[in-house]
Amino acid sequence: MSSIPASLIGLGVAAVLGLSGAARAGEVEVLHYWTSGSEAKATASLKASLQAKGHTWRDFAVAGGAGDAAMTVLKSRVVSGNAPSAAQIKGPSIQEWAREGVLASIDDVAKAEQWDSLLPKVVSDAMKYKGSYVAVPVNVHRINWLWINPAVFKKANAKVPTTWDEFFVAAEALSKAGVTPLAHGGQSWQDFTTFEIVALGLGGPEFYKKAFIERDPASLAGPTMEKTLETFKRLKAYTDRGANGRDWNLATAMVIKGEAGMQLMGDWAKGEFQAAGKVAGKDFLCVAAPGTAKSFSYNIDSFAMFQVKGADKIKAQKDLASAIMAPAFQETFNLNKGSIPVRAGVPLDKFDDCGKLAAKDFADSAKSASLLPSVAHGMAVPAAAEGAMKDVVSQFWNADKMTAKDAMSKLVAAARTR
Amino acid sequence: MQTRHSGPNPWLPRLVVAPGLALGLLFIYGLMAWNGYLSFSASRLMPNYGFVGWAQYEALLENDRFRVAMTNLAIFGPLFIGGAMALGLLLAILLDQKVRAEGVLRTIYLYPMAISFIVTGTAWKWMLNPTTGLEQVMRQWGFADFSFDWLVDPERAIYCVAIAGVWQSAGFVMALFLAALRGIDDAIIKAAQVDGASLPRIYWRIIIPSLRPVFFSTLMVVSHLAIKSFDLVMALTAGGPGYATDLPATFMYATAFTRGQIGLGAASATVMLATVAAIVVPYLYSELRPRK
Repeated sequence: MSSIPASLIGLGVAAVLGLSGAARAGEVEVLHYWTSGSEAKATASLKASLQAKGHTWRDFAVAGGAGDAAMTVLKSRVVSGNAPSAAQIKGPSIQEWAREGVLASIDDVAKAEQWDSLLPKVVSDAMKYKGSYVAVPVNVHRINWLWINPAVFKKANAKVPTTWDEFFVAAEALSKAGVTPLAHGGQSWQDFTTFEIVALGLGGPEFYKKAFIERDPASLAGPTMEKTLETFKRLKAYTDRGANGRDWNLATAMVIKGEAGMQLMGDWAKGEFQAAGKVAGKDFLCVAAPGTAKSFSYNIDSFAMFQVKGADKIKAQKDLASAIMAPAFQETFNLNKGSIPVRAGVPLDKFDDCGKLAAKDFADSAKSASLLPSVAHGMAVPAAAEGAMKDVVSQFWNADKMTAKDAMSKLVAAARTR
Repeated sequence: MQTRHSGPNPWLPRLVVAPGLALGLLFIYGLMAWNGYLSFSASRLMPNYGFVGWAQYEALLENDRFRVAMTNLAIFGPLFIGGAMALGLLLAILLDQKVRAEGVLRTIYLYPMAISFIVTGTAWKWMLNPTTGLEQVMRQWGFADFSFDWLVDPERAIYCVAIAGVWQSAGFVMALFLAALRGIDDAIIKAAQVDGASLPRIYWRIIIPSLRPVFFSTLMVVSHLAIKSFDLVMALTAGGPGYATDLPATFMYATAFTRGQIGLGAASATVMLATVAAIVVPYLYSELRPRK
């Protein structure tokens, strides 16, 4: 008896339970950090759809620190052998958790619903560990947006830029008109967001992939990188001196109030404009950042599924996975969050101009291999290397004496961090 | 009679103290040992017991950000400790001159201690920020060339942290010194005055030296505040600009909890512990040694 492996017994028990209680309702416990107004509304719709299937929803919201606090709690829960059903984890972190052997496969749901045909390959690959789905994507944020206050542009007689050269012409005009050309918040993730947008605009998707995803030393220390760093540093002159430590939404507020002309930020900025009662296309413009009209750098939120015990809980977990991918949820959630649906086949008529443009570019760029993960938002490289690269870029932005050459050699070293 | 003197059960006192001692051992020394062990492991996202020797420490020494954090501690520590002690002592001596409304003044100086470092940090952030604080106010008053932008200057931001820290802790140091000053026998001072010593001389040669035990405890309190400083930095600069105001505590937090490098974070925590020990142990030894 004792020679039979425990896992085999477990399998048998699960099979028996599965047969006898296929329709039994279970409980899902979901760890997330969506606690702000619009986000909480979005999660409530997920809760409702789970409850409609008879499952109980246990909310496990951990606010603060863009998920840092949530991750700390999650670690202690997993270490103590009491993992939640699902947790909001994204990017390469999914692989890191899967490597610890604590994630569950949801391949049967994915196969039944043909996720492979609904998701772009880069996205589905990120959700899989060793070929099986272990996570479900919720939404897509586009990073490479330039937000513009058209009234300020008109006053300064500036033109909406499509290249970096035009950007500096516009910035110069705004500066002469007495407004801050670029609203920026000096936090390392915002510094890096700006930096990777510049890199994408100047070097294109090929360079971006080589430098940031493959972390190829030759590209990280090459002439394109030097030009990127110099252009990035040039931007600093067009930001205000109070930028250090400013939160992104305060920077967006500067554009809303007309104190600044532009902001480079992901599409969550749209939520701020809307909350202030502004209308897309009229009171504010969303255009692809200079030189990146054909590319799409993304931040995809997802839920990783943890191994849970009990057939009813497993059933509930699978229903959760299926509910997240359902078109109805994808529509409601993304309308609330300002992002776009990650899967194909969701009606877009309720989305605004920015959302429609993003959805179109998302589909197009997936075909032309210019759909790229954002480094600044934990999509492209492991957390340790990402942190080290952000350190270098922020240091370069802030230290006036540091040259692009110094920054490149540090960047190469940082990219090697394991 | 003899048994009644030693109580109903000689084990009772030990029994009462035991849980506290056990918890202390487990949660202080036990976790310290665990941290030390983790610093030699390959731990990343979660604790992992693969032994890697000194690799984490080697990585730590090569880490640019950690070097900045240690340099910052070397700047911030002495400034904060020295500043808070000097200012606190000065305030205590001035208050000890039998001034009017001493109670009110003492409360005002002590109040910063009642505020958490988060609040101190946030308030000073607003004051020191060139677009919202002091610089802006001075310019509005007509001093168009006035400039005070230390907070956004990577070379000088650490001094801002020290300023805010001294402001917060000086009142507490003052309270400790004031209590000690009150404990000094008036007769000694009177005797010195009869001998014709001037007031500064009395303070310098008699009163301050007799404050020695209070110096000791104050230094302990203030220096551990300096080394574990975390909330002040987080609220004031969040380690920025860039990572120019990182301290070992913020470095440890970033690596262990947000970057999935628990091993490296544990190594930096051990270095912090060693730093504290290097300062405190010799001092404790010299102070607590029975005098001959």
